[in-house]
Amino acid sequence: MSRANPTRRWTDNRHLLTGGVILWYLVFFLVPFLLVVKISLSQMADTIPPYAPIFSWDGAQLAASITFGNFVRLFGDPIFVLAYLGSLKVAAVTTVLCALVGYPLAYAVAAAKPSARPSLLLLITIPFWTSFLVRIYAWIGILKDNGILNDTLLWLGVIDHPLRILNTSLSIYIGMLYCYLPFFLLPLYAVLERMDGTLMEAASDLGSRPFKTFWTVTLPLSMPGVFAGALLVFVPATGEYLIPKLLGGSVNLMIAPVLWDSFFIARDWPIASAATVTLVVLLLLPLAFVERVRARASDVAA
Amino acid sequence: MSIIASPALRVRLRIVLIAGLIFLYAPIVLVVLFSFNGSTSTTVWSGFSLHWYSELFNNSDVLHAARLSVEIAALSATGAMIIGTLVGLILSRFGRFKGRTLLAIMATAPLVMPEIVLAVSLLLLFVGMENLTGWPRHRGVTTIVLAHITYTAAFVTIVVQGRLAGLDRSFEEAAADLGARPIVAFFLVTVPLIAPGIAAGWLLGFSISLDDVVITQFTSGPGSTTLPLLIFSLVRRGVKPDINAIATLFVLAAGILTLGIGLLQRRRSLQQGAD
Repeated sequence: MSRANPTRRWTDNRHLLTGGVILWYLVFFLVPFLLVVKISLSQMADTIPPYAPIFSWDGAQLAASITFGNFVRLFGDPIFVLAYLGSLKVAAVTTVLCALVGYPLAYAVAAAKPSARPSLLLLITIPFWTSFLVRIYAWIGILKDNGILNDTLLWLGVIDHPLRILNTSLSIYIGMLYCYLPFFLLPLYAVLERMDGTLMEAASDLGSRPFKTFWTVTLPLSMPGVFAGALLVFVPATGEYLIPKLLGGSVNLMIAPVLWDSFFIARDWPIASAATVTLVVLLLLPLAFVERVRARASDVAA
Repeated sequence: MSIIASPALRVRLRIVLIAGLIFLYAPIVLVVLFSFNGSTSTTVWSGFSLHWYSELFNNSDVLHAARLSVEIAALSATGAMIIGTLVGLILSRFGRFKGRTLLAIMATAPLVMPEIVLAVSLLLLFVGMENLTGWPRHRGVTTIVLAHITYTAAFVTIVVQGRLAGLDRSFEEAAADLGARPIVAFFLVTVPLIAPGIAAGWLLGFSISLDDVVITQFTSGPGSTTLPLLIFSLVRRGVKPDINAIATLFVLAAGILTLGIGLLQRRRSLQQGAD
């Protein structure tokens, strides 16, 4: 009876559970991605779905036709090339902005009284629980030509005609900073909060000025948090769709809206798949870099 | 001990905090405020009115989309809760096994990958499946839910893993010593202990699904327009005050969900304090 051997039963359950979950991810994560790779290597066709099969069977012989033509087309097309460069630029600027705004904020929370910290952290994170779409939409009302920002500046007499902010790269950066700030702030806060203050005290006892203490002690010690935050901002920011679409209008091309259009408007699935594969490859590079830095850091620590 | 600050620095940090909070809250406060505006202008205030709300509740497109969104979010959150909890358990309690690394990568990749990559992949999967097997016939609620589960389960996994990492294993061992079979110990001891994490994961999944545009757009078909997709198309056609009203209801929903997650986290820290 199975009751006599409970360990065995549990092991069976384990395999069943693990196998089931792995199967889910194979079907809904790995296979779909391999499909993207497959279609990026196939010809475009006027069929539904709009791509030619890679394998053909003429009754006696199996033939496979793979083409790298989509990647050639991709890198020969200035729209795609500029969109990739634009995405990388926007993601890089967003990361820097998040660091400039997020570091002082994270520091301010970490330096507050221990009893006040959880409430402050909650206060800072509540806006980010609000719908992503709503937060972007809110900025349209502020940044447009007759929006609140322009009206206020006109009323104050700072400017005499409305500034064009919406549908420029500035509005994209404002939206990106606003939406991606918590991804930088939270991991950095976690590091700052655990930091050993005695090291800073020691530095100032030894005559270091506050700024120098920050530059030579606090900042280097907080770098793991800065790296984690930068990665969490940079990677998703590169693939951002909604912000450039809603705040950027037609300016400052990023790759995700271009990719979307080639799926739904041009219906050129092979090139859109090639663009998706390229995006993943592009993003694996910073991930691999940070992984290496982290591995080296833990080697040094050990 | 954490970082220290001199009194002069403290004052400056307080200013940083206040400025930061204004930057974070001003846009949302303005949306809520203007949803109660009497005029059709989205920027000029002309008296309090519930006009836009009454318009909203008489708009059948909006109501249909809202109902669909809540249904999809509830189904997705429940699926994600089950899969995410299982992955969390498998990764932190089952030790080493073949395929562990693969599972860990696949289960948490959606956290670091741009959404559009998963969205494109799943679109191609569903189209391919339909061609091969005839199922799923057209994209719609089923395909959206399957996609949302795969995406949001990653967030549940992280929350549950965090909860399990802080859990004292002696409870499970004590149950085993007292003769509970592992499966019994699991349901009577482990699950109740990580329940706040599982519930927080459900709420997280619900709010992510309720808000999603990119994955939903790629996996939806005609007749399955969710509220975010509707708002997205409305916003692109131009800002109208009734969007302020929908947005305010979204803010309200998010506020309630955050409060729920906050309370669950609080219960968690109180329990840890008691341990």
